[in-house]
Amino acid sequence: MSTTEPTARTMSYREALREAIRDAMQADERVFLMGEDVGAYGGSFGVSRGLLDEFGPERIRDTPLSEAAFVGAGIGAAMGGMRPIVEVMTVNFSLLALDQIVNNAATIPHMSGGQVQVPLVVRMTTGAGRQLAAQHSHSLEGWYAHVPGLKVLAPATVADARWMLGPALADPNPVIVFEHGSLYNREDEIGVEDAAADITRAAIRRPGRDLTLVAYGQSVWTALEAAEALVTEGVEAEVLDLRVLRPLDTHAIVSSVTRTHRAVVVDEMWRTGSLAAEVSAVLTEQAFYELDAPVGRVCTEELPIPYAGHLEQAALPNTARVLAAAREAVGGDG
Amino acid sequence: MGDFLMPTLGADMTEGKIVTWLVGPGDEVHHGDIVATVDTSKAEIDVEIFEDGVVEELLVGVGEKVPVGTPLARIAAVGAGPKAVTEAAPPSPPPPAPKIPVPASAPSPAPAPPVSTDGHRTRISPLARRVAADLGVDPQTVTGTGPHGSVVRADVERAAGTTAQAPAPPPPSEAPDRSTAMRQAIGALMSRSKREIPHYHLALDIDLHRTEQWLTRHNEDLPLAQRLTAAGVLLAATARAAARHTDMNGHYVDGAFAPADGVHLGVAISLRAGGLLTPAIKHADTLALEDLMARLRDVVQRARTGGLRASELAAPTLTVTDLGDRGVDLVHGVIYPPQVALVGFGAVRPRPWADGDALAVRPVVTATLAADHRVSDGHRGALFLRDIDRLVQAPEEL
Amino acid sequence: MTGATGTDALRTMLLIRTFEERCVELYSAAKIRGFLHLYIGEEAVAAGIMPALEPTDRVVSTYREHGHALARGVPARAVLAEMFGKVEGVCRGRGGSMHLFDVAHRFYGGNAIVGGGLPIAVGLALADRMAGRDHVTACFFGEGAIAEGEFHESLNLAALWRLPVIFCCENNLYAMGTALARSESEVNLTMKAASYEVPAWSVDGMDVDAVADAARRAVLSVRAGDGPCFLELRTYRFRAHSMYDPDLYRTREEIARWRERDPIDAYTQVLRDAGALDDETLDGLREEARDAVDDAVAFAEAGTPEPVEEMARFVYAEEAAP
Repeated sequence: MSTTEPTARTMSYREALREAIRDAMQADERVFLMGEDVGAYGGSFGVSRGLLDEFGPERIRDTPLSEAAFVGAGIGAAMGGMRPIVEVMTVNFSLLALDQIVNNAATIPHMSGGQVQVPLVVRMTTGAGRQLAAQHSHSLEGWYAHVPGLKVLAPATVADARWMLGPALADPNPVIVFEHGSLYNREDEIGVEDAAADITRAAIRRPGRDLTLVAYGQSVWTALEAAEALVTEGVEAEVLDLRVLRPLDTHAIVSSVTRTHRAVVVDEMWRTGSLAAEVSAVLTEQAFYELDAPVGRVCTEELPIPYAGHLEQAALPNTARVLAAAREAVGGDG
Repeated sequence: MGDFLMPTLGADMTEGKIVTWLVGPGDEVHHGDIVATVDTSKAEIDVEIFEDGVVEELLVGVGEKVPVGTPLARIAAVGAGPKAVTEAAPPSPPPPAPKIPVPASAPSPAPAPPVSTDGHRTRISPLARRVAADLGVDPQTVTGTGPHGSVVRADVERAAGTTAQAPAPPPPSEAPDRSTAMRQAIGALMSRSKREIPHYHLALDIDLHRTEQWLTRHNEDLPLAQRLTAAGVLLAATARAAARHTDMNGHYVDGAFAPADGVHLGVAISLRAGGLLTPAIKHADTLALEDLMARLRDVVQRARTGGLRASELAAPTLTVTDLGDRGVDLVHGVIYPPQVALVGFGAVRPRPWADGDALAVRPVVTATLAADHRVSDGHRGALFLRDIDRLVQAPEEL
Repeated sequence: MTGATGTDALRTMLLIRTFEERCVELYSAAKIRGFLHLYIGEEAVAAGIMPALEPTDRVVSTYREHGHALARGVPARAVLAEMFGKVEGVCRGRGGSMHLFDVAHRFYGGNAIVGGGLPIAVGLALADRMAGRDHVTACFFGEGAIAEGEFHESLNLAALWRLPVIFCCENNLYAMGTALARSESEVNLTMKAASYEVPAWSVDGMDVDAVADAARRAVLSVRAGDGPCFLELRTYRFRAHSMYDPDLYRTREEIARWRERDPIDAYTQVLRDAGALDDETLDGLREEARDAVDDAVAFAEAGTPEPVEEMARFVYAEEAAP
């Protein structure tokens, strides 16, 4: 079956992920998908629907609710020569596998003096915004991005959902992929292939000269909305999609702010110890003399995400809060 | 045989205390024997010995705490017999590991940051601070328009009368704070010049008799706006001469002189409220005299109304200061770094002039040159001034 | 080290014992730092199980793994150089005593997280299964790991997918200082395995012949594709948990009783009784072990420290994945 049509097509983020998995499994028989309800159920978020029929239960492998065991088994299988894609239903449950990811996947290549590679991809849903309350709404990307040995990706666009998996599987290191739960239904037109698909660089989603909005995942769309609104105020905001949370593309961050001299970081993590804090620190270290205003941060309020819709929305970064921070940054001079 | 040392019994153990000695002088010990109990502060641990021998002397007493590696007992070979034991107190342990060195003297306190009148530190963005240093502006004197009234780049540039991007808004009136800032900028630049550039100064009186005659003829039928002036001729002659005297025209940067690839003549223009701008007339040596005059009028006009473009303010290669209309005779110039020369003209006055044996009254101007000794010397400078004189005598060729 | 029991097993046990006794000295002299967990007393387990494995089989171990590594054939030189933190060590000084890796010997690590290695063993076995290789993975862990969720998850997963793992539980009765009965409601460990439909045996871990027999049976069954099995190896560590352990949780009498069952002494006697060992051979074996350890010490001493500027090497792979 042909996986790519000759022309650009419109597809959803979910379909893009599915097609990427299918593509990878057809291209390399060492690739398999493993996780809770990836098979018969079709994936908790419907990503793997239909793949069980196509590839069978050996390669679309339903697991028990044993995050530590099946993530660890993914690590072991990668060490044993396979190319596992492990789906952890959500980042919230990944805490049960944190030992395997942090103590094994991230350390063994170095601790073995380079003898062992762990070419593993772990996919997980992240983020809030769907009234799932505290235990299903964490954004802990930064926890993983803190750990040397891991690579951490956050595809925000349909094209990235489609094209980042290939390089992630080809990478000899453990790669964690965060899919924001609000993105699965997003549709967009994507090209036949994206030569620029890489897992090393950030991307400018919208150029601008007055202010840089740094974001990743779902927050990229919040930032883009804010950037549109800022046009009417005479402010041209640049939106920088980090795409790769570890290693951070600090060059892209610094060069954008060197052009715009102002930055607001939009991040769904809690403010304290967030990725936004890291980006802000990078700017202080590497672009201090380019800054014409303090770096602003729009993060989640410091509380477990509440269930009630209006409370949840009030806790999360939104366009209005980004706008306020942007106005603050451009000051009376904007 | 050797010393029995305080062992390390854990990753974080740096010292240990003897709780009990299970052996004494004269006792025979064997590899693996427990000889003492040591308190590591975490636990009391039995300590074994890894040699065979006879305890000759205990060096550390019960209750004493010593660093890891300190000799605890002296062990002799079996058969050597114990030394006569005295009940001397064990020697003191080796000095503890050196602590982190302390600097010999505390660093002198940093100068207090500048404080604004309300007692708060003036907010200046890092970028504004950098740009202010480049432009020689004291950012403390600039009124901020950024977040929370902070001084941002635009404020500094406005204060310096320059703007890197957009045309600066025409100042409605030259506000006092602006001229103050500009004075500081000029001061900083000139201080640097006086500090860094070894100036030499030359002067030459130029007879403008022929020039004025030619100008009178030339201007006869022209409307006022198109008439040429002696100042224009002096400027054009300077530009032409500079094209030939490349060691007067260029920039001294990073310890070396770089001749410019064209003559971009800086024209010093004083502003009514005080202060000075030196916009450049690009490629002044290639402009016809009429065109040069037109450009000169234009930049003077715009300099005084604030309409200069950034490109016009960027990097003249040689500056001319004409203070003729201010009525002085001699300009003793200060070079604008990184330029290497400045040509000055005083007032054109009728002066007694010896022409051969005859004494005549002629319109005379004193041309002066301030030049950089790192690049040229008086001989080269004199040739340059003489060349200006020669060109001035043939205005029709300019 | 492969082959039958007999003097080979004795040779292995003597090497481990001699090596570790020297480690105590080297630790006391601060040549070896960090944590040091000794296997002394438990040698029969490694010496009995390793010969049942093929060179292509895999081993996943714990932080008390010098004996496993040596019995598997990892050179004593490279093990000790690792403990000295030298570039000649198996992991170039990045792992130390608790993290010995040697891929050439299919030795996938000491692991200093109790239970942390079990899921990896399951994954290695899964890779072999999916690739159609008939390798088995021997996974060592102490009885303390049975209290961890990773033990239960891993046994279930391996059994569910019928993966070729031999779970080798070294029951030395104490998880650090916590006696089994103080941490488990059910102290019969084979029952735990059986509840996952995993065949399980209890074996006298002080008897190298008994261990070797059980290992051969287990390898046969697992390699045949009958799914994982579980061996409880009843053993005892003669030394404290680590160098920093005052041994407050057990009596000297208890230790002395177990020392009477020293697996090396016991097996020496077995071989003598069978007429398979004379004094000369025994002395030769002891000297061989001493020489090997002396050689390892000299090698480790002469080793070079990794330049600090190389410190961050291998955080990310230096080569593309195969």
